[in-house]
Amino acid sequence: MNDTDGPAGSTGPDGPDGPAGSTGPGQRELPVRTMSRRRLVLRRFLRHRGALLGLLLFTGTVLLAFTSIGFLGLPGWWGQPYQASGVVENGGRMTLHPFPSADLMPSFLDGDGMFVDPSTIRVGAHPFGQDDVGRDYFATTMRGAQISLTIALAVGAVSTLLGTAVGALAGYFRGWVEGTLMQVTDLFLAVPLLVVASVIGRVNDGGPLILALLLGLLTWMSMARLVRGEFLSLREKEFVEAARALGASSGRIIFRHILPNATGTIVVNATLTVALAILLETSVSYLGFGVQPPDTSLGKLISDNQNACLVRPWLFWWPGMFIVAIALSVNFIGDGLRDAFDPQQNRVRA
Amino acid sequence: MVVFVARRLIVSCFVLLAATAAMFTLVAHAGDPLADLRLSTAPNRADLIAHRSEILHLDQSVPQRYAAWLGHASGCLIPGRPCDLGRTVQGQDVATLLGQAIVSTLTLVTGALVLAILLGVGAGVISALRQRTGLDYAVTFSASLFFSLPVFWVAVLLKQFLAIEANDWYADPTVGPLAAAVLSALSGLFWGAVLGGDRARRWLIRFGAASVTFGLLEYLSVTGWFARPALGPGIIAACAFGIAVGVTALVAGPNRRGVLTSALGAATAGSLAQFLVTGSLQQPTWASFPTLLLLGLSAVGVAVLLGWLLGGPDRPAAIRAAVLTALLTGLVMVIDVMLRALPGYSRLVRGRIIATAGSQTPNLDGTFWQTQLDQLTHLVLPTLAIMLISYATYSRYSRASLLDALGQDYVRTARAKGLPERTVILRHALRNALIPVTTLAAVDFGVLIGGAVITEAVFARPGMGALFIQGLLPPLDPNPIMGFFGVVAVSVVVFNLLADIAYAYLDPRIRLG
Repeated sequence: MNDTDGPAGSTGPDGPDGPAGSTGPGQRELPVRTMSRRRLVLRRFLRHRGALLGLLLFTGTVLLAFTSIGFLGLPGWWGQPYQASGVVENGGRMTLHPFPSADLMPSFLDGDGMFVDPSTIRVGAHPFGQDDVGRDYFATTMRGAQISLTIALAVGAVSTLLGTAVGALAGYFRGWVEGTLMQVTDLFLAVPLLVVASVIGRVNDGGPLILALLLGLLTWMSMARLVRGEFLSLREKEFVEAARALGASSGRIIFRHILPNATGTIVVNATLTVALAILLETSVSYLGFGVQPPDTSLGKLISDNQNACLVRPWLFWWPGMFIVAIALSVNFIGDGLRDAFDPQQNRVRA
Repeated sequence: MVVFVARRLIVSCFVLLAATAAMFTLVAHAGDPLADLRLSTAPNRADLIAHRSEILHLDQSVPQRYAAWLGHASGCLIPGRPCDLGRTVQGQDVATLLGQAIVSTLTLVTGALVLAILLGVGAGVISALRQRTGLDYAVTFSASLFFSLPVFWVAVLLKQFLAIEANDWYADPTVGPLAAAVLSALSGLFWGAVLGGDRARRWLIRFGAASVTFGLLEYLSVTGWFARPALGPGIIAACAFGIAVGVTALVAGPNRRGVLTSALGAATAGSLAQFLVTGSLQQPTWASFPTLLLLGLSAVGVAVLLGWLLGGPDRPAAIRAAVLTALLTGLVMVIDVMLRALPGYSRLVRGRIIATAGSQTPNLDGTFWQTQLDQLTHLVLPTLAIMLISYATYSRYSRASLLDALGQDYVRTARAKGLPERTVILRHALRNALIPVTTLAAVDFGVLIGGAVITEAVFARPGMGALFIQGLLPPLDPNPIMGFFGVVAVSVVVFNLLADIAYAYLDPRIRLG
């Protein structure tokens, strides 16, 4: 019912990388500019307001987290290290004043007159305040965001690779391969995610990246099912038949002919997996079975500081805001990608 | 059908076997059950270690332990055999502990799920019917936001901010003019968007709803209603008749005389009955619980009779409407006595009526309704936390599903043959749109039981989640973990099966086989 995107309907799966709309000699010439599928998707994505905002927010968060305190030994522009404790100044209050002080009550109503004073905007020495041993909480939060983002992206990568592989094999080869792989998928779907993730986190003593790998082994199932579905329908298409008739090997058909046409599903679902992963990791870390000290993560920061909630609420607010910002922006990007790849389907609008 | 269920059950058994075996191995390697004793300085340390090793059979290999655990645990699923899930490191029986914990978790999860479905589907349906309006954008944005919220953060927020704010407000429960104005403006916007219509009608609705809300809030505030809330016979009767009309509109359409008469009859009966049953409702004890049940049953019986007598040509619809009206009227009466119990309850808990920890106030010396109220107030926040996240899924899903259905050919056909819009939406579009939602709900129930771990941890509820977390903390306690995992895995498998059967039942195009 959403046919408003113009040439969208004509760009179905059409061969490995063939642009749609190329006209043969027998066809009527139409004055339509041909556009590759990639450009079409990009254009639709860039017109999606929510997705663009999400992309902006996500890039901003990633840049802030990774450049501010440095990563992998590289120095950052924020002067204070996240580990160093120090003197707690002013009760560890935030020194960040993002808004100009202003008074909008006119003086004849007993106000101070209408003014906006931008000189009060400042970042200060500890924009997010300090924790109880005087560590700079901005640096700590950035460190937490780094770890959580890294884990989320790694989980996304692992589960995308694994899920795509399982789904592709099952959907392409069918028969007993499909039976076995889908049975395994159902088995993994039957176990409660958070419960197993907690136990696995308790088993793991190898640091955040191993944790990411293990969590990736628990979140690939929806990808496998979706990719299998795509493969089941794509393998019956004419272009696959043509490739097979020309003597292409199974590997070539999978990688060159079918996989590129399943990109939409894979990219969209990978994005949503990252959003799921950040919530999963922070939840497991909150329970105390995820990232272990001396490392920290956004979830662990919340669990460390939840009792300080009433006296120093900022210790609780900032990591939470970062989790919401990351998860929300990634979800928006995913919704935008879905609409861009598949404008036919009903939009679950962001 | 039978073949399908049987085959699925057999497959499910293998899934459970594999899942528990994998989990058992994982748990066995997750930590040391003797961690605390190894560091202990007690003189009888060796005895303690030997004793605990014997309870947990630590002398055997992991496969042997699993085989033994499986043999005993399978008794829990087969009626007539003893249910033995092993013992904790402290020597308590896990099956007994789980039995107590399951009730608490189920209450929480069921309540949250029902509310989330009602609100989520309602919001999804309204936003689909009012597509591309402000309300639609507000609903979809809030769904995206809730979907991205970490549940532990929300839970702590509710516990540390909302609960304290609400309790502070209850110390002096009045609504100032400014707060009332803001609330009325919101209510005006909401009703304007829900009821819709052309520009003039919408402004009329907005203004009307806002002024009614403002007047009501100020009236209740000035008369001190919030401190001593109650509904009273008049309001109950008004509610009953409102419910009757609403139920009729939803079940059959407002102009079906027989249905409307029977629903109104049920409402009349309910309004009269409140004077008869007030006594038994006011101060019941646990002993009068059967009386309460009997009252509920007789209400249903009277409603069926009324529907039968007054229904005329629409007898089935009339009976349905009358029973629904009777039940909802009963609910209103229960709410009334609950509200009346509130001031007394508030005195018992020193004004902190929204509880933030546990599942009941210890040593509460209250009446029947105060005890019920106490359990409810302990459920409010955890239910809210779980509900918010689930609500997001349901509103997104039902909105997309209804939009999809509204675009189908059969809906166009229904409109073309001149059916009223209400019938088109409720009978043709919504019914089909809700089929996938039922399966989602069934699957979600199993997932939520596992996901309630976090909420239970934040609010210190003594549910299954607490057993699980306690087991995972050092010293590792394998049997509660495995018991919890078993319950969750079985419920996930069973609810997936139910989802498939429900799907086939609701959608005749699906053939199981």
